[in-house]
Amino acid sequence: MNYFQREMECASRETMRDLQSARLAETVRHVYDNVAYYRRLMDERGVTPADIRSVDDLPKLPLLTKDDLRDAYPYGLLAVPLEETVRIQSTSGTTGRRVVAFYTQPDIDIWDECCARAIVAAGGTRADVVHVCYGYGLFTGGPGLNGGSHKVGALTLPMSSGNTERQIQFMVDLGATILCCTPSYAAFLAETIIEKGLRDKIKLKAGIFGAEAWSEEMRRDIEQKLGLKAYDIYGLTEISGPGVSFECAEQTGMHVNEDHFLVECIDPDTGEPLPEGEKGEAVFTSISKKAFPLLRYRTRDICVLSRRPCSCGRTLIKMSKPMGRTDDMLIIRGVNVFPSQIEAVLLNCGFPPNYQIIIDRVNYTDNFEVQVEMTPEMFSDTVKDIAAKEDELLGSLKSMLGISPKVTLTAPRSITRSEGKAVRIIDKRKI
Amino acid sequence: MAIEQISVFVENRPGALAEVTALLGGAGIDLRALSIADTENFGILRLIVSEPRRALEVLRAADYVGSATPVLAVSLADAPGSLAGVLRVLADAEINLEYLYAFITRQAGHAYVVLRVTDNDRAEAVFAEKGVEIADHGEIFA
Repeated sequence: MNYFQREMECASRETMRDLQSARLAETVRHVYDNVAYYRRLMDERGVTPADIRSVDDLPKLPLLTKDDLRDAYPYGLLAVPLEETVRIQSTSGTTGRRVVAFYTQPDIDIWDECCARAIVAAGGTRADVVHVCYGYGLFTGGPGLNGGSHKVGALTLPMSSGNTERQIQFMVDLGATILCCTPSYAAFLAETIIEKGLRDKIKLKAGIFGAEAWSEEMRRDIEQKLGLKAYDIYGLTEISGPGVSFECAEQTGMHVNEDHFLVECIDPDTGEPLPEGEKGEAVFTSISKKAFPLLRYRTRDICVLSRRPCSCGRTLIKMSKPMGRTDDMLIIRGVNVFPSQIEAVLLNCGFPPNYQIIIDRVNYTDNFEVQVEMTPEMFSDTVKDIAAKEDELLGSLKSMLGISPKVTLTAPRSITRSEGKAVRIIDKRKI
Repeated sequence: MAIEQISVFVENRPGALAEVTALLGGAGIDLRALSIADTENFGILRLIVSEPRRALEVLRAADYVGSATPVLAVSLADAPGSLAGVLRVLADAEINLEYLYAFITRQAGHAYVVLRVTDNDRAEAVFAEKGVEIADHGEIFA
């Protein structure tokens, strides 16, 4: 069995708890001293850094939400002087929802090491050729796996997303052995590789697929089509990016890198911690990062935690695949989409806020359609005028969301309303 | 003189057109000519009707989106080359044509072409100059 950092990944519960407690206490002191926002939240709750001595004290700390991060944008939660920071990453959201996370060089090293653990757990070694086609840039997917692959010492192909022809050509020509991308793109690549008759030319043995929900059925299908073993990976920009947790060969949940990120499962309604094994909202606390450490950050992802011993030998706590969300956020083709963003674009382009979002999954790819009602103001007797407005709307949606929906104009009052309230989202995906 | 055409937004689905026409029929509105511009998702139904204003009211009351547009109904001899002659007049004057559709009435030897141009006033002026006849609402519904 291979590990990237065996002493952490297989630490005894006592060793891990002691380390976590020390790091938590240090982090709480660090943010209390350096971030006015945290100081105010803790003062309001009557908690001081001296009250946080072990992981058992975690529930004394206030919970943090995406709204807190938005309030603090851009520098409000930065916990180190600017000269110590070297990088930002950002969520795909709108101006209103955008979150910018900061990293010092050691923070990036931690993140890269977490991704390296995921790659090694998927069987990666320095002899591998790691093909990364997550997007590079503000999105954490590409930079995270890229950094992890470097830490492993593997040859890294920084492909980024798009240009499927070139992806496949490099994969074949360079003999890529580990593929990192979203599961939907992996499925698309698989279809294309088979269509081109190149199935025998690829050497993939493992895939690390994350950033969106996918089913066991989809996993088996990708595994069979590409002849590899598919591993899930989880993360969020706010906490660092991919590698917050990762799957091992057992494929029964993702090990949380809990020497860096404490995980709790809370009742989303009351905020109270739930016992192990109960379904609730995942909450993370980063305990080793310096630039942007978050205390008790609510992910809105619903999952289950388990400390059941794992056949891989890792003692790191496992979380299930996220089973849903506590808010209305949709993850479409790996991108976070809030209905409120779509509403803002519609209003901005002169359309009424009478819309419906329809999502379906066909051949493992998300079909994303926005239906919007026609209005007298938008109507014209010529197709070209209406098409111009449709194009403008499509362009604005694309620049806001980062992905293109299909836009369908519908008759006034045609969008289903139930009890006077419009049904905004029809998610037909069966994941 | 321009006549009023009404345009209606119709979804591209079975029965959509039947519903609009039934609504107008039920209100006693006479249709003289129509054309439809279709796209993947929707169509624009354009109509020359006996009472355009009332037709729009009826449609709007039933939650349809529609508008009235002034268009020119050119009266033509039902003979080879007559439409080409009219279009040449527009082309020479560099007046852009958005769309057109033709219809005939019971008047023998006569056809009408509804023209939607970018500049009705200028089109009317060049038609007058070149002797192209324009029909008014009364003539069409005579």
